[in-house]
Amino acid sequence: MSDAQTAPAKSTPAQQVATGDRAILPEGAKTIPIYVMGKKYEVPETLTIMKAMEFAGFKFLRGCGCRGGICGACPTVYRKEGDYKLHFGLACQTVVEPNMYLAQIPFYPANRAGYSLDEIEPTAEAIFALYPELFRCVACNNCTKACPMGVQVLDYISALKQGDIAKAAKLSFDCIQCGLCASRCMGELPQYHIAQLARRIYGKYIQPHADHLAKRVAEIESGKYDEILGKLTEMSKDELAKLYKEREREPDLAPLGTWMPQDTQYL
Amino acid sequence: MGYTPEMKELIKRVEASRPERVERARRGEHYPALSLEEREVVLNKFHPDYQQEGRRPVRVGPNKGQAFPEEVAGMLESRSMLRPERIDLSKVDFDTDVLIIGGGGAGTSAALMASQAGLNVIMTTKLRHGDANTMMAEGGIQAASQECDSPFYHYLDTIGGGHFTNQPDLVAALSHDAPLSIAWLESLGMMFNKLPDGRLDVRHFGGSSRKRMHSAGDMTGAEIMRVLRDEARNRRDLITTLEFCPAVELLLDEEGKCAGAVLYNMETREFFVARARAVILATGGFGRLHIKGFATTNHYGATMDGVVMAYRVGVGTNFLYSTQYHPTGVAYPEQNVGLLITEKVRGLGAHVLNIDGEQFCFPLEPRDVESAELIKEAVEKNKAVITPTGRFGLWLDSPMIDLLHGEGTVRKELPAKFIQFDRHGIDISKEPMLVYPTLHYQNGGIAINSAAATAIPGLFAAGETVGGIHGENRLMGNSLQDIITFGRRAGVSAANYASNGVELKKLTLDHVNKFEKELAEAGITNPLIAPILLPDYATDEVSSRRLMDAQMDSE
Ligand SMILES: Cc1cc2nc3c(=O)[nH]c(=O)nc-3n(C[C@H](O)[C@H](O)[C@H](O)COP(=O)(O)OP(=O)(O)OC[C@H]3O[C@@H](n4cnc5c(N)ncnc54)[C@H](O)[C@@H]3O)c2cc1C
Ligand code: FES
Repeated sequence: MSDAQTAPAKSTPAQQVATGDRAILPEGAKTIPIYVMGKKYEVPETLTIMKAMEFAGFKFLRGCGCRGGICGACPTVYRKEGDYKLHFGLACQTVVEPNMYLAQIPFYPANRAGYSLDEIEPTAEAIFALYPELFRCVACNNCTKACPMGVQVLDYISALKQGDIAKAAKLSFDCIQCGLCASRCMGELPQYHIAQLARRIYGKYIQPHADHLAKRVAEIESGKYDEILGKLTEMSKDELAKLYKEREREPDLAPLGTWMPQDTQYL
Repeated sequence: MGYTPEMKELIKRVEASRPERVERARRGEHYPALSLEEREVVLNKFHPDYQQEGRRPVRVGPNKGQAFPEEVAGMLESRSMLRPERIDLSKVDFDTDVLIIGGGGAGTSAALMASQAGLNVIMTTKLRHGDANTMMAEGGIQAASQECDSPFYHYLDTIGGGHFTNQPDLVAALSHDAPLSIAWLESLGMMFNKLPDGRLDVRHFGGSSRKRMHSAGDMTGAEIMRVLRDEARNRRDLITTLEFCPAVELLLDEEGKCAGAVLYNMETREFFVARARAVILATGGFGRLHIKGFATTNHYGATMDGVVMAYRVGVGTNFLYSTQYHPTGVAYPEQNVGLLITEKVRGLGAHVLNIDGEQFCFPLEPRDVESAELIKEAVEKNKAVITPTGRFGLWLDSPMIDLLHGEGTVRKELPAKFIQFDRHGIDISKEPMLVYPTLHYQNGGIAINSAAATAIPGLFAAGETVGGIHGENRLMGNSLQDIITFGRRAGVSAANYASNGVELKKLTLDHVNKFEKELAEAGITNPLIAPILLPDYATDEVSSRRLMDAQMDSE
């Protein structure tokens, strides 16, 4: 397709070396069977599900985003042979095991309520009004069991039901919105959308605002720094280097908001 | 799973040399840092940016004659996947005020600002909305929000960090807008780390004179991205998001104004003509080109598309020859390959060691020098560990940290890394990590001015796809800031431009023909087809069996 994955530079040693993200099978490495949607493939052990599937020849379109466990594009459900239990994981983070049966769930339909953050009342009632299905939760805990990030999903849903937006916001912070919780929910809740709403209400209305930031914004908007920034853009490299060397450094251990430089003319 | 028995055997060499190394560290003795001259030598020989091997002048387009890494030059000299004569541009499938190409932090910020002005916006994105480098940023975002700080110092730190090569008007815009960006994100409900009284929690970082790094846990980028995405979803009346529908070519009108793009639905393989009065490129970086075979920290769709498309309409690049490699990417376990290991590990005293457990470099050289030293140890000295999947790795001796600072320090100071490795059976407070440099950031890109405008009327650009803000070297936390600053500026500029009586004439893809003529004249007979959209990680064996591809090539 392209030469994006070029051969290693000439100076590399003779042994085969993996480049980019393409996995190779070094001599002597073992392969194991996995079942992708029921079909058997032999793949090298130690790879993630994602790279094992690519090794087998799949090219992802759906089900692959960051490849680093943070975007939620690659939720995967699997079972191991001879075991009834369902397991949940991210394809980019979960290592293949012999005889695993897997299917990706790149998308799961979930209700999302639109709203205006500027106009919403920062209350639990406002959340209930947008998501009345919250009260369909039967506390089965399937959501928490399915979460690949270890988020205590049921706990934040319970906190919300009790009206504690701050607690729900903090408990749900690690959510990557992959949708596995919603896929397992008996009450058909879109947990991750509800959590997003709770976090934004918390961030805008409940968490205290930064006064020093508001002051700085007002200063900038009044044009206070326009002249000095203009001067900086005109300066020669030597002038800049001189100023750069003369900078005072805020001490590491000074508590925030306590230290001031000797030279305050540029503040 | 953990380390293999063979690797465990090798770890014994690290353990054998450890007591003596810890003793030396306690006495404050370091492996000697390189002199400036020695730095030059190792950089020139081993840093991918400096090596002449693997770079060449590009033969066509606005940057003709300038040298780039082979992979980048190949992209600049690529041809379109479209055959212009076969496309009926009189049939317009989408018509909008502003077309935004890319749905990361820059694109989404632009979409919010353009819709704020009451304009209709279409945002196309290659994967899902938010599958982007923005989602992956952990560290933080810069802004001079504190009383002891000001845009003046943000400017100085930034331009000094870039070795005074940065484009001045862009640095001024960045440092001017940065606090405004933070306030905007706060107003959108982003959960910043704050002290109980609401004061923003800020930290120092490499090259800072003031504490200026704001964060949201250790997933700052993810928090920014999900808040922006949620807000865009709330504005569905004005913002239409098209997922899995990348742009593959820009459209001009007969007068040379940018007038839209050809979109490609990757699922149905249909092409669509999208006409727009203004276009914003926000397609992110190029990590997935795997320059010189390096692993990358970037997301799956980071393939330089925006630069390629802009280049074909005649918009040149700045600093595109410069790439940031992070010295310590994960080399093992395979599932984490390429992912970042923060500089903090070395800051806390961990040594970098070769296969024999020997130190070979000062662990806290500047990023580029450190990367070059690791590469040298692997490719010249042949002293790297080879992982079971055939990768180079050098040891990062994290267990030293607990020995130096007390039991439990690793867990306390590096919680995310501890969990990430623990998941795969490696306790990094007891066993060292295997690392190798990883391709992290596209320092350069599309040339813009401080209004995020390119040289083509109606074409704007923002985010990692542009070049100049960071010059040859980016400071940590300035990239998340630049995508908000210039994403917002691009949205406002495009909206202003589009509302000021732009009259689009007949659409054309003539620039594609012209570019191909230039390729032919330069003797480039077999150009790559780009944007490549997604990398292909199939093995050679699988590729060779792909009959379909063979047939397509012979078409
Ligand atoms: C692991 C990691 C950690 C980082 N940490 C930090 C940090 O701590 N601080 C910091 O400041 N910076 C950090 N960075 C850098 C920073 O995150 C990125 O540079 C920045 O987020 C880029 O934003 P963007 O909007 O320009 O591009 P992206 O967020 O990458 O978005 C680009 C979007 O464009 C889409 N796209 C691509 N091609 C096309 C096409 N042809 N058509 C349509 N859509 C297309 C992509 O799919 C994607 O949605 C980090 C980067 C990485 C990878
Ligand atoms: S690809 Fe992003 S979480 Fe797996």
